Amino acid sequence: MMNAIILFVALPLFAAFLLPIMGKFFKRGFDTFIFLVVLFLIFLSLYMLIKPPAMPYVYKMGGWPLPFGITWLLDSLSVFMLFVVNLITFFAAVYSIDYMKQYTCKWKYYCLLMLLLAGLNGVALSADLFNVFIFLEITSIASYALVAYGTGREETEASFKYMVLGSVASAFILLGIAVIYAKTSTLNMFDMARAMPQGADSLKLKLFIATLFITGFGLKAALVPFHSWLPDAHPSAPAPISAMLSGVVIKVIGVYALIRIMFNIFSLNPVISELLLALGGLSMFVGVVLAIGQWDFKRLLAYHSISQIGYVVCGIALGTPLGIAGGLFHLLNHSVFKSLLFLNAGSVEYACGTRELKKLGNLKEDMPHTSWTSMVASLSIAGVPPLCGFWSKFIIIVALFQANRFFYGSLAILVGLITLGSFLKVQRYIFYRKLSGSLLKVKEAPVFMCLSMAGLAILCVLIGIFFKPILDNVLIPASQSLLGGREYFITLLGI
Amino acid sequence: MKGMSLIVKRITRYTVGLILLFGIYIVLHGHITPGGGFAGGVIIALSFIHLMLAFGREEADKSIKENIISFGEPVGGLMFLSIALIGLAGGVFFFNFFASKGEPFSILSAGIIPLCNIAIALKVASGLFGVFVVLSLFRLSGDKKTDEIKK
Repeated sequence: MMNAIILFVALPLFAAFLLPIMGKFFKRGFDTFIFLVVLFLIFLSLYMLIKPPAMPYVYKMGGWPLPFGITWLLDSLSVFMLFVVNLITFFAAVYSIDYMKQYTCKWKYYCLLMLLLAGLNGVALSADLFNVFIFLEITSIASYALVAYGTGREETEASFKYMVLGSVASAFILLGIAVIYAKTSTLNMFDMARAMPQGADSLKLKLFIATLFITGFGLKAALVPFHSWLPDAHPSAPAPISAMLSGVVIKVIGVYALIRIMFNIFSLNPVISELLLALGGLSMFVGVVLAIGQWDFKRLLAYHSISQIGYVVCGIALGTPLGIAGGLFHLLNHSVFKSLLFLNAGSVEYACGTRELKKLGNLKEDMPHTSWTSMVASLSIAGVPPLCGFWSKFIIIVALFQANRFFYGSLAILVGLITLGSFLKVQRYIFYRKLSGSLLKVKEAPVFMCLSMAGLAILCVLIGIFFKPILDNVLIPASQSLLGGREYFITLLGI
Repeated sequence: MKGMSLIVKRITRYTVGLILLFGIYIVLHGHITPGGGFAGGVIIALSFIHLMLAFGREEADKSIKENIISFGEPVGGLMFLSIALIGLAGGVFFFNFFASKGEPFSILSAGIIPLCNIAIALKVASGLFGVFVVLSLFRLSGDKKTDEIKK
């Protein structure tokens, strides 16, 4: 049964390799095929989440004993990440059925989407540092291509910028892996945690490696000094891909990979924690301030992504149980409501042909489903109770105050207020403003797009209502595996 | 005359087969000598690129059909994945189901590793050559306009 975890990578890869051959012979049917693949994966990840097998489970590739060979780890944190990835991919794939009719050659798009999914699942599962790097590159390269999918002038420019900065990030990560490998002579993360030099004289080395990783993964996660690619890349991609990029890619290959290394290999030391907190606070504030002046819908959302990632990093970097749980909860919530907002932006663009806020207006009556879903998402991201965004922000702020970080706590509250204002602007300009006749009568988006948006909106409400069971059964165990630190990985070496 | 000069064409005609053969040798001996699927695949792709550079694109298109490239790539990937999946019959992903130990200097040892090398070579060769073909086909949209104006 446990062999099923390889399907998270093998199935999307299989689909990705099969699609070019299918593309030769068939003209249609790709939608159904991809829908079945993502449906299977979402049920598999849901099954792993609800009825967890004996955790933590270590999968040994090719039957090689532990310090050798490639190992995968399925524990409460990675199963949570797998669920987030497959959930958002499912809704993005459903949305693509109608949305991607604007573009030619659908199978190429699906092929890249499946490669992206395989890479993300691989990063979430892998417990071998070089294997993490490989999956990270698969994800990055697929997303470079997907950002340029429209092949217009803006798309190619954004993709090129993303590619250059992404390659710089990969170079930093690879250098970090090389230094860590030179010091510990192993690539297995469990063995690495054991062989990591301890004591006062190793602090400089650790900080050097941590700096390399924070630069590299910070670039991938678009933390503030490294964020310049994101406001170009995320709006240029097709809407479902923007949802994937903002919803899961920056979190999995940025935040998740970073916290795995920082917590489980290094055992988070105070200096790194302070550094990450500062970066998180900075992204939180700068992202939202930059978002105020934006009039392009998707670009505004992209700046808010930077700001919300700041919350996630702030919560997790705090290192207290409540902070980590809150950070992970915000990671889940942000991926749900930000994907939903990007999908809304996509259907507004699909219907009206523009995403300039100043040109839009009065869509509340013409596009009722887009309107109510985007209302739910906007209130969620602004942190209005009882929707999901409120609880995670609340937990993070409480955790910050409990740890006597009054400055960051107040900053989080301030940023929340500015976010609320920013999204009220969005709601007013797109949906509620009365516009005298400059927009023609627009139609509501096609049925699959509406279904996908409605699904995510219902999820926003449900997570908000049932936040307590989710917190107790999913997030607290997930944060336990980070809190276990280095010792947790060393015990896994014995399995 | 398309392509390069007569000297280059004549030399290419003699060497291209040898380069291809060397690539295949590197692939098949991947598990016992330095090299392997990736290195061999690159050499195989280089032999085709060599042909294309010397004779021009039109001549090369006659001997290497585009379909072969676009099939080779996914088939190589599928083959590699299937070998890994067949390993499940032995209990785990990537299980080496043919032989448990390799023998030095013998090509038919090492179980699935030569098969993996062949799959990788197929993917790398067609992928790399595909990239080259695409780059040679690629024209900026500005070029077309100038062409039309000339007409």
